[in-house]
Amino acid sequence: MNTLINGLCLGGIYALIALGYTMVYGIAKMLNFAHGDIIMVGAYAVYTTLALTGHTVPAVIVAVIVCTLLGVLTERVAYRPLRGASPLAVLITAIGVSYLLQSVSQLIFGAGTIPVSIGNWGTLELMGISISISSLLTLGLCVVIMVGLSLFITRTKAGTAMLAVSEDRAAASLMGINVNGIITLTFAIGSALAACASVFYLMQIPAVSPTLGAMPGIKAFTAAVIGGIGSIPGAMVGGILLGVIEKVCSSIPVLAPYTTAIEFGLLILILMVRPTGLMGKTRREKV
Amino acid sequence: MALLTVEDLEVSYGLIRAIRGVSFEVNKGEIVALIGANGAGKTTIMHSLCNLIPKAKGKVTYDGKDITHIPAHKLVPMGMAQVPEGRRIFCELTVAENLKMGAYTRSNKAEKEKTLEEIYARFPILKERSKQIAGTLSGGEQQMLAMSRALMSHPSLLLLDEPSMGLSPLYVNTIFDMITEINRSGTTVLLVEQNAKKALSVANRAYVLETGLIVREGTGEALLNDDAVIKAYLGG
Ligand SMILES: Nc1ncnc2c1ncn2[C@@H]1O[C@H](COP(=O)(O)OP(=O)(O)O)[C@@H](O)[C@H]1O
Ligand SMILES: [Mg+2]
Repeated sequence: MNTLINGLCLGGIYALIALGYTMVYGIAKMLNFAHGDIIMVGAYAVYTTLALTGHTVPAVIVAVIVCTLLGVLTERVAYRPLRGASPLAVLITAIGVSYLLQSVSQLIFGAGTIPVSIGNWGTLELMGISISISSLLTLGLCVVIMVGLSLFITRTKAGTAMLAVSEDRAAASLMGINVNGIITLTFAIGSALAACASVFYLMQIPAVSPTLGAMPGIKAFTAAVIGGIGSIPGAMVGGILLGVIEKVCSSIPVLAPYTTAIEFGLLILILMVRPTGLMGKTRREKV
Repeated sequence: MALLTVEDLEVSYGLIRAIRGVSFEVNKGEIVALIGANGAGKTTIMHSLCNLIPKAKGKVTYDGKDITHIPAHKLVPMGMAQVPEGRRIFCELTVAENLKMGAYTRSNKAEKEKTLEEIYARFPILKERSKQIAGTLSGGEQQMLAMSRALMSHPSLLLLDEPSMGLSPLYVNTIFDMITEINRSGTTVLLVEQNAKKALSVANRAYVLETGLIVREGTGEALLNDDAVIKAYLGG
């Protein structure tokens, strides 16, 4: 039971990060390899604010603001000038941004791992099992955030415009939709979700280092691909699936050492059966 | 009075000069047709008017304003809307959402609602299917939706790129009736068509485009009776 809750927790975190990958891919048509490093910056923002104020809430707020601004800034400075350039050039730029963010963090905070104490609120006895409060909080907030995002996408004009831009950029601009504005909004939302993920991640693994974003980044990317990259429900399903599998595998002693291999094996298997992922659509390419 | 003036427009794809110095104008209240064979450069002109592709040279004026370099999304609130070739409706959105996107730049809710009611009254099928995913509509219904979506912005000038392409004869008639009706209710129309006969019969004036150059112009009627036009485009 506890394993399942831990798995859902981790899955929720992966899903939040995967949403950033999948939204940027669907709408800006690029793989933002620096997305994982946004989480790392968010974690340092949490650490710094906690050190200064000692309170969790301002730390979360600062992390969200810093990540959102950083996401918008990288899009503006690094990716927008390459709009229309070859996907390879954009990919290499994104890798460059990733290394830049890691190096700058290393310059400011050093290369070592710094412990961060957040979310030590003890445990709750529920039907005979004890569950940590931070896990429950993570789970609850992940659900709230994902429901909120779904409502935003399906119920608001800006959300529908995001779907329109994702499907046909030129047609969207003929409707009067400012495509650049929508892409900026996408990066802002994706990065804000990454900031939330960084807080929840720190509650699970309470330490921050310049390479903190690498592993959750690659796992969440895997989750996005499993769910079908570009698909928002796909990222949620893929993230939760991967988180649960990871926690279940690592709780079984025989399988534990092979957890990561099993996760990527699953990715390969799903891609062999469904090349577009679980919920991905085969899209026609348009001018 | 000219609503749209195009002067000496040139457009290139790399080294290929697709449009080689084209000038024409569309007066307020007119239907102007631009006809020409496949590959003549009609779509290139339409895309470059809205800056979906860059112009190499030339000047475009709309309603007295220089719009040569104004991006597509800023032209819509100025009253210029385009129904692109191949319809390009949002196949994954519902019919109602497509129409909502058409009115993206309008803020007055009551006015938007009024336009929507007018469209639903004219095309009850769109109302019936409003919750349906647009990709599941038939070709003719999709074209109706594409034109209605453009009308949701309440345009003064409507650019139509081959609205009858790939439609059954029944729908072709519906679409051309719709064009005349849109025009009668006060919207100026620039119509690009390969179906020259139909286009010339509804147009006040027309231009004939051949490999990136305008080779003939006149009233719709005059061109319908022009020997060279009959020979090249009307299957005479
Ligand atoms: N994206 C493109 N890249 C290169 N050449 C193009 C492109 N689009 C159109 N062309 C060329 O430009 C010319 C005009 O095409 P187009 O404007 O589509 O003609 P029409 O709409 O009259 O059928 C054609 O020779 C076509 O091959
Ligand atoms: Mg064409």
